[in-house]
Amino acid sequence: MHTLITPLSGWGRYPVQTCELERPERYADLRSDVARLIARGQGRSYGDAALNENGRVLLTERVNRLLEFDMQKGILRAEAGMTLAEILEVIVPRGWFLPVTPGTRFVSLGGCVAADVHGKNHHHDGSFGDHVLGIELILADGSHVMCTPAEKPELFWATVGGMGLTGIIGEVKLKLIPIFSDYVQVRHHVADNLEQLFRLMQDSAFDDRYTVAWIDSMARGAQLGRGIAMCGHHATEEEFRPGFRNPGKPKRSRSIPFNFPALMLNPMSISAFNALYYRRAGGKREPFLSGYAPYFYPLDAIGNWNRMYGKRGFVQYQCVIPEAAAFEGIKRLLQELSDSRRPSFLAVLKRFGAQGKGLLSFPMAGYTLALDMPIRDEGLFTLLNKLDEVVLQYGGRVYLAKDARLSAESFRAMYPRYDEWLKIKNSVDPQNRFSSSLSRRLGVGQIGIGGTRE
Amino acid sequence: MSEAVLILGATSAIARATANAFAARGNALYLASRDADELRRIAADIHLRYGVEVHHGLFDAEATDSHGAFLKSVVTAMPKISGVVLAFGYLGDQQAARDFSVGAKVIAANFTGAASILSHCANYFEPMKSGFIIGISSVAGDRGRQSNYVYGAAKGALSLYLQGLRNRLHPSGVRVITVKPGFVDTAMTYGLPGLFLVASPQAIGERIVHALGKSADVVYLPWFWRYIMQIIRHIPEPIFKRMKL
Repeated sequence: MHTLITPLSGWGRYPVQTCELERPERYADLRSDVARLIARGQGRSYGDAALNENGRVLLTERVNRLLEFDMQKGILRAEAGMTLAEILEVIVPRGWFLPVTPGTRFVSLGGCVAADVHGKNHHHDGSFGDHVLGIELILADGSHVMCTPAEKPELFWATVGGMGLTGIIGEVKLKLIPIFSDYVQVRHHVADNLEQLFRLMQDSAFDDRYTVAWIDSMARGAQLGRGIAMCGHHATEEEFRPGFRNPGKPKRSRSIPFNFPALMLNPMSISAFNALYYRRAGGKREPFLSGYAPYFYPLDAIGNWNRMYGKRGFVQYQCVIPEAAAFEGIKRLLQELSDSRRPSFLAVLKRFGAQGKGLLSFPMAGYTLALDMPIRDEGLFTLLNKLDEVVLQYGGRVYLAKDARLSAESFRAMYPRYDEWLKIKNSVDPQNRFSSSLSRRLGVGQIGIGGTRE
Repeated sequence: MSEAVLILGATSAIARATANAFAARGNALYLASRDADELRRIAADIHLRYGVEVHHGLFDAEATDSHGAFLKSVVTAMPKISGVVLAFGYLGDQQAARDFSVGAKVIAANFTGAASILSHCANYFEPMKSGFIIGISSVAGDRGRQSNYVYGAAKGALSLYLQGLRNRLHPSGVRVITVKPGFVDTAMTYGLPGLFLVASPQAIGERIVHALGKSADVVYLPWFWRYIMQIIRHIPEPIFKRMKL
């Protein structure tokens, strides 16, 4: 099979590294016979999780077949390259939905497992891995193993959130949730500052199955952390009005055709946009029905929106602060951000429930903040290191699927179950064959930085 | 049961895209190839995504002796077969020109095997006075070039064969369409240097099904390859032989 050597990047378009790509079309061609190998689905992790500088990247996009779908029980089995968008097309008309979904549907099933992604419902339903019934994993020695929460549970929970470093995820079996309609009943609640926003999100009277808050990252002083909590649930039979046409659906999707000039997103334009959005979205006081796509995947309507951040790309900084100190920690982070006068086009706050069993999984009980930061200069990385310190101080962690710059030391401090994970990784991949630019940056499997090799 | 289409060489990217496009129209399918595991996966996928009936069975283009029995088993499983897409092909590599044992395989897969199964298909459709045969040839068959002339010769022969077959079956009302794709983004071409205007398999698959509703006998995909090949065919040989194509 031919390979393609080409510069490659994640969704954030930073960093850009030369990788050797291989794109199998047959399941049997998902092979682990190369040293330095990482699988890549849709390339929607932001940093270097699916990059392999001077190594092999195995594209799974063509190994995307749906193998089983039990319409009675809502159980589906598919090859890891299948995207959530493709899955939704099949399951939604039949009354089923994804149990957990990230903010884009253009991600692969395998990627969702490897990053143990979360949605707006983590505080109720946990993360993606909590709904996975089984994984067929292709190990370094070429063998195919089935792991489930009951069968080889150690390998299962090392693979859920394991960033593709335990083997190639070949097939995934997933439990779906039933829905009555494909609409979501949404309510917006306005908060004038961070304190109000936290009060809203903690209040079960406002909370819903899906809750997410948009924060005006440019607001300062007394308005710091002002935002809108957007709560929703799948519309019930009573809420669903027959004849209602989903206003968001027939819209033609648009695409950003080229890299925007870096200056287009500046503190002034973002402030203006945020103020406008705050008033517009905040003006919707009554509950309303929304199609599932505009609610869960607003940015999917704009193809290549990552080009908005210009040629140098951007970093998405997503961290979680444990429950007890969440308000204080998030406030400190927003303060740092606001003081830096670096624009963040997007700032999103979500609530997390209890930490799951995935050994390298990101979520833990608390609040998670995500910031999109365009790369203008090296100063950004100084700021982000400062944010790491704040996160560490409050006992939180940074999300690896978004990360492009965390240090090995900070990683070790943020992920205390790493040693346990590494033991399992070493037992199935003693030569550290599965490695990525991310894993090498974080010192995974290296003596000294990344912990002991056995 | 809706009208069914037999896809020969069903595990290639173009074949899969073509099968998807037929399934999206509601056609039932019979998928055939050498790879049992892939057939099972693709058949399940198409059935679950489009809700159409999908059968599959083993088929080896080079095992020409088995073709008669193969077609019988297909029409037994799906009596309403209304058309065939011949989608198998084998590019080989540079070796094919120097080493005839490799070249023979290229000819066997792309031409001999195709001529064999197509003769059985033609004999089946002719008395029924209906049906279609879509043969996926290649622009490489339009002119011999040093880089892949064994493949080109086999595909060129296939194009001629389809032309003759079209002539024979026209009175019987059986459509024969020759499809000549240019560069398509498949495993066959992935990572090859010097490709341009590369089309997606999805686009090719949709256009193949679309061609059934049109009257053209020879379809270049995408369309502009007709004009590119017209130019390439008209370069005088004394000049062409000096070119590195």
